[in-house]
Amino acid sequence: MIHQVETPIVELHDITVSYHKKPVLWDIDLTLPSGSIIGIIGPNGAGKSTLLKAMMGLVELSSGYVRIFDQDLDQVRSRVSYVPQKESVDWDFPASVLDVVLMGRYGKLGLFTRPRKADKEVAMECLRQVDMENYAGRQISQLSGGQQQRVFLARALAQEADLYFMDEPFAGVDAATEKAIINLLKSMSKQGKTVVVVHHDLQSALEYFDWAVLLNLRLIASGPVNQVLTPELLQETYGGKLTLLAAVGDLLTKKEFPSRE
Amino acid sequence: MEAFWIILAGTLVAIPCGLLGCYLILRNMAMVGDAISHAVLPGIVIAFFVSGSREPISMLLGAGVLGLLTTFLIEFFHSKARLQTDAAIGVTFTWLFALGVILISVFAGQVDLDQDCVLYGEIAYVPIDLWITGSGIIMGPRVIYIMGIVFLLVLSFIVIGQKQLFLTTFDPSFAAATGVNVALWHYLLMGAVSFTTVGAFESVGAILVVAFLIVPPATAYLLTEDLNKMMLITTLLGLAISFIGYHLAVWLDGSIAGAMSVVAGVLFGLVFIYKEITSRPALVN
Repeated sequence: MIHQVETPIVELHDITVSYHKKPVLWDIDLTLPSGSIIGIIGPNGAGKSTLLKAMMGLVELSSGYVRIFDQDLDQVRSRVSYVPQKESVDWDFPASVLDVVLMGRYGKLGLFTRPRKADKEVAMECLRQVDMENYAGRQISQLSGGQQQRVFLARALAQEADLYFMDEPFAGVDAATEKAIINLLKSMSKQGKTVVVVHHDLQSALEYFDWAVLLNLRLIASGPVNQVLTPELLQETYGGKLTLLAAVGDLLTKKEFPSRE
Repeated sequence: MEAFWIILAGTLVAIPCGLLGCYLILRNMAMVGDAISHAVLPGIVIAFFVSGSREPISMLLGAGVLGLLTTFLIEFFHSKARLQTDAAIGVTFTWLFALGVILISVFAGQVDLDQDCVLYGEIAYVPIDLWITGSGIIMGPRVIYIMGIVFLLVLSFIVIGQKQLFLTTFDPSFAAATGVNVALWHYLLMGAVSFTTVGAFESVGAILVVAFLIVPPATAYLLTEDLNKMMLITTLLGLAISFIGYHLAVWLDGSIAGAMSVVAGVLFGLVFIYKEITSRPALVN
């Protein structure tokens, strides 16, 4: 069940990625629609983060190519934004919240230009969108997990991009932050932005995403979320871990979802 | 006047080392500075042997090449052989340093270099090692000129590259995603460490270079959570260490480089104890 899109925002053609000669992504042929919230879903070690990095040219491709906005990646870097896993950085780094958000503006500044007043205003506005404006001067070492994630989102917003890649933005955050993030994603998508999210919680997937990509080294499925999150395809993706899946499958067929509040 | 030149030389080594060291420790690469400062030795000896003099340009080149080779080898062993970074550092610099030691001992008769001088340096000779122009004008201590240039180069590198160094140190994958050449900035930083190390080498020796690279930034890291303040405190510490270290050495009639390293360590210890006392939660009666 792999839906190809007419005018894709992201196009992967025959992508294979290997680490130390062992393939971690195998022959991925994928197109993603613009203006939607797209979830990349699969078990641990399925290559979800690697797929995201491959789309941004952060890992070496053994074969294939990527096109974004129907152009070469290096020509459209300024229109693409990235939210890495928050565990990927050292939060004891001597920097303030505003310093980190301003990093989102660096791509628009030259080598010699310092962030100007206008950049700071954009950064503050982005902090406001994630309810963190009161923390601008705070040291990042003092933030909770949810606040760290909000700072990373604000930094991505400050890039003013059209396409956002987010690696596990819902991992290790409190319920309020999760709700704030999903509201933000929905409002971004209303403005025509495209968001690609690595996600591992099946229960919320149907509710959060318009489009789902099921991955387990190979591409299992890609398409509108209600056509892709079926018990058969999920079973194919998750293989042996069926006890959990049977329960989720039941939920999906009955379209009964537990409230997340 | 002698005291002034020695303290100035110490400060001119301490500040560039400390500024670069701030980035090294934040990248968890403090010991790369140690590795580079030792591994440049064969480069110095070969440059010395080829050019036949202690002419600074060729020595800087020789050491710079070896410094970059060291960082490249560490990266290579780490990524290709999947060795832990610290193991890769240990493997790389020990054999390069040993190679330098062998070269020195083999050519000992022909070369005006010795291991002691390289390891411990002799900052006390700074005031008498003068730069005398062809027409016989005495321009002052040679080391001051070399380190003055290194100091200005490192300072401009840090100022110009401020944003990129900050970004690639804090979050390299985000930096790469926004199109910053992370590898380039890594090698620029390592190149700067190599040049600073070798510039400082013959005057203060490898041990004091390592002390200046790591100890003042580590001390400043305990005191602040702001990168710019961290670099400012590192600079002030460099000044204080040179000043106190010199006077300690005069008082003890001992090695100046040794005294400066000890002062750096003692200041770190004092700051550490101060932090432990002030950050301890108040006891409830």
